[in-house]
Amino acid sequence: MAGNPARRARLRALALVAPLLIFVGVTFVAPLATMLMRSVHDPVVADALPETLALLEGWDGDGLPAEAVYETAARELERSNEERTIGQVAGRVNRVQGGLRSVFTSTARELRDARLDTGAAQDTWRGTMTAIDSAWADPAPWHALRTAGERFTSRHYLNAVDMERLPDGAIGRQPEERRIYLRLFGRTMLVSGAITVLCLLLGYPIAHLIARAPPGRADLLLVLVLVPFWTSLLVRTTSWIVLLQTQGVINDVLVAIGLVGDDGRLAMVYNMTGTLIAMTHVLLPFMVLPLYSVMRGIPPQYMSAAASLGATPLQAFLRVYLPQSLPGVGAGALLVFILSIGFYITPALVGGSDGQLISNMIAYHMQTSLNWGLAGALGGILLVGVLVLYMVYDRLVGVERMGLS
Amino acid sequence: MSGNDVHVEFAGVSKSYDGRTLVVRDLDLSVRTGEFVTLLGPSGSGKTTILMMLAGFQTPTGGEIRIGGRPIQNLPPRKRGIGMVFQNYALFPHMSVGANLAFPLEVRGMAAEERQARVGRALALVRLEELSDRRPGQLSGGQQQRVAIARALVFEPELVLMDEPLGALDRSLREEMQYEIRRIHRSLGVTIVYVTHDQQEAMVMSDRIAVLRDGVVEQIAPPEGLYEEPERAFVASFIGENNRLHGRVAGMVDRDVCEVETGGEMVRALKVAPCEVGDHVTLSIRPERVEINPEPGRYRNELRAEVEDLTFLGDHLRVRLAACAREDFIVKIPNVLGHGGLLEGDAVRIGWTASDCRALNHEGGDE
Ligand SMILES: Nc1ncnc2c1ncn2[C@@H]1O[C@H](COP(=O)(O)OP(=O)(O)OP(=O)(O)O)[C@@H](O)[C@H]1O
Ligand SMILES: [Mg+2]
Repeated sequence: MAGNPARRARLRALALVAPLLIFVGVTFVAPLATMLMRSVHDPVVADALPETLALLEGWDGDGLPAEAVYETAARELERSNEERTIGQVAGRVNRVQGGLRSVFTSTARELRDARLDTGAAQDTWRGTMTAIDSAWADPAPWHALRTAGERFTSRHYLNAVDMERLPDGAIGRQPEERRIYLRLFGRTMLVSGAITVLCLLLGYPIAHLIARAPPGRADLLLVLVLVPFWTSLLVRTTSWIVLLQTQGVINDVLVAIGLVGDDGRLAMVYNMTGTLIAMTHVLLPFMVLPLYSVMRGIPPQYMSAAASLGATPLQAFLRVYLPQSLPGVGAGALLVFILSIGFYITPALVGGSDGQLISNMIAYHMQTSLNWGLAGALGGILLVGVLVLYMVYDRLVGVERMGLS
Repeated sequence: MSGNDVHVEFAGVSKSYDGRTLVVRDLDLSVRTGEFVTLLGPSGSGKTTILMMLAGFQTPTGGEIRIGGRPIQNLPPRKRGIGMVFQNYALFPHMSVGANLAFPLEVRGMAAEERQARVGRALALVRLEELSDRRPGQLSGGQQQRVAIARALVFEPELVLMDEPLGALDRSLREEMQYEIRRIHRSLGVTIVYVTHDQQEAMVMSDRIAVLRDGVVEQIAPPEGLYEEPERAFVASFIGENNRLHGRVAGMVDRDVCEVETGGEMVRALKVAPCEVGDHVTLSIRPERVEINPEPGRYRNELRAEVEDLTFLGDHLRVRLAACAREDFIVKIPNVLGHGGLLEGDAVRIGWTASDCRALNHEGGDE
């Protein structure tokens, strides 16, 4: 009897949170899942050339495939051309091996005419296709096609860590000139680490000041820290351009007071320096707030106690205050680091070419090269990295001590 | 250390936080070496402020504080060599008990072996040898309290300050700790300045008690002295229970005794506050010094009263009477005497000696 009202209450509670759950599901979980799915699942080629791929299963990989394969491929390429999927197919094959895009598109386009043009007909499909593009006399396009045709594939992840599957099926490193992602990951980590350290150095004294200020002043200082939050990220970033550019305020001042010559103006933006300065500024509140909330919980009496026990101010700070503020340092550092390895707008605007981070590359693959599989794989690696960091932090400090509440 | 030289001395010390109101006014107080002095007073009377000035966390607005005869105005807290027990202990939560105790020794650069030995001795003093590896958070309130005391003593300061160290403990633990602190004080012979607003706590431990009100010392005396011979009405009512009768001096009997008219009765009282005929005074009479139905003629002070209320409290019977135009005159009868069949509504006589009735400064606050 009691179960019924209880269940109704539960249902009502569920109904109340349902909009939130749906919202989170639609805006967060679903895109995330889709992107992660795309990084391992790519049906385009497999759907366009199913029979060819089935026949290629039986190919030993040495020499050229049998005539039957050419025949099926010709039929399916032609159909793909009619269904206007050939562009996507060729694009995916091209990602496996550069230079094959036109081989596939032109072959698919010209096959029909070549077949009708029986006068000049070659007696085999291999001959016909080779006549259209000599690349078909080589096993390379077939290897690429077979790789691109995998419905479930690890090639995006391999690609994201500068590896590839060699024709013999083994995993090897990409050729020198195509290894870019590991370096970019490394640089992203390095830059994020540097930004975290800068935020900590700048944020620790600020947070300490606010935590020790009398209540009224503390509120005011907190508001000052939060003001950047209320200003558009775009505005903040572009004002850094105004400040830092070669003809900008800072350079003008430096030249005016004679610290640098007019021809020796410093390049502080559109490079790594710009990324560091602007991102440190943007992320500083994320360091200050957790630090502040932990520091506020450290009674000033501890410092008095340390002093009465004979400690110098430095000893008191290092032995008593700093260790107790470590959960805040951990929380702030984790937050800033995680945010900066995924940061996009600021490096895109002020980073120039050497200040770009991994997220800019992800954006490039999302928007320009349309290689969503690779973008998903890069994002997936980033996500795993963040989760690992989080778990390490939880092990070392304990998430419940973060003091974000 | 000899027993009688002055260890700590406040000379005309005053303190104001805001530049207008004085929180401590013209404080003169000297504490002898090895003495246990308690600052006792209600909340806001300036006890903590005095302690903080002595420890070096507040600077006096005026006057001078001397330790061992030397002014300490310019010494930072860490150089004053004062052990301090804070109200909420201030044990470092991220260090074990042992590390907490070792801290003052480490910052003094003491060698590890010596440190260990001293920490061991300090823990033995408060009987907590086994808890050296625990964190403060894993200790009970009483244990934390002991650790805080041990930490204030471990570097062997000659002066230890305690600011309401027992405030957070429950009643029975508090009493146990009072005797513990007294034992430690006697065994080490350090000078202790103790702060509390609990008069019983002050009575248990102190050699002398300074009663404070609004930043002014009302009286400094040993516990017995404060109880038996309060010099101010505030002291009389703050230490122990008393009957306060307001009246006017009607005449002088001799140099020490005066006659006071209160509630239509004439009462003889000891002249404590300087007073003239016609002055308002407050009479203070301890409830246990009043006898009900005494032998006729035994006391010069004998009045009529009516029993309003009887409360049996185990060791004594508490009788509330209407007398001297008041209805809250309290008399305590120890349980050894029995109560002679008193009933509510009985008309009785009450009496007391003139020396148990002290004429103090007039305190009109509660009338
Ligand atoms: N830091 C401060 N700034 C301004 N006023 C203060 C400060 N500390 C104390 N006061 C004021 O000084 C007066 C005495 O305070 P103090 O803390 O010395 O009292 P206390 O006797 O220790 O009281 P309690 O028993 O409540 O601890 C109070 O009126 C208090 O408001
Ligand atoms: Mg206090």
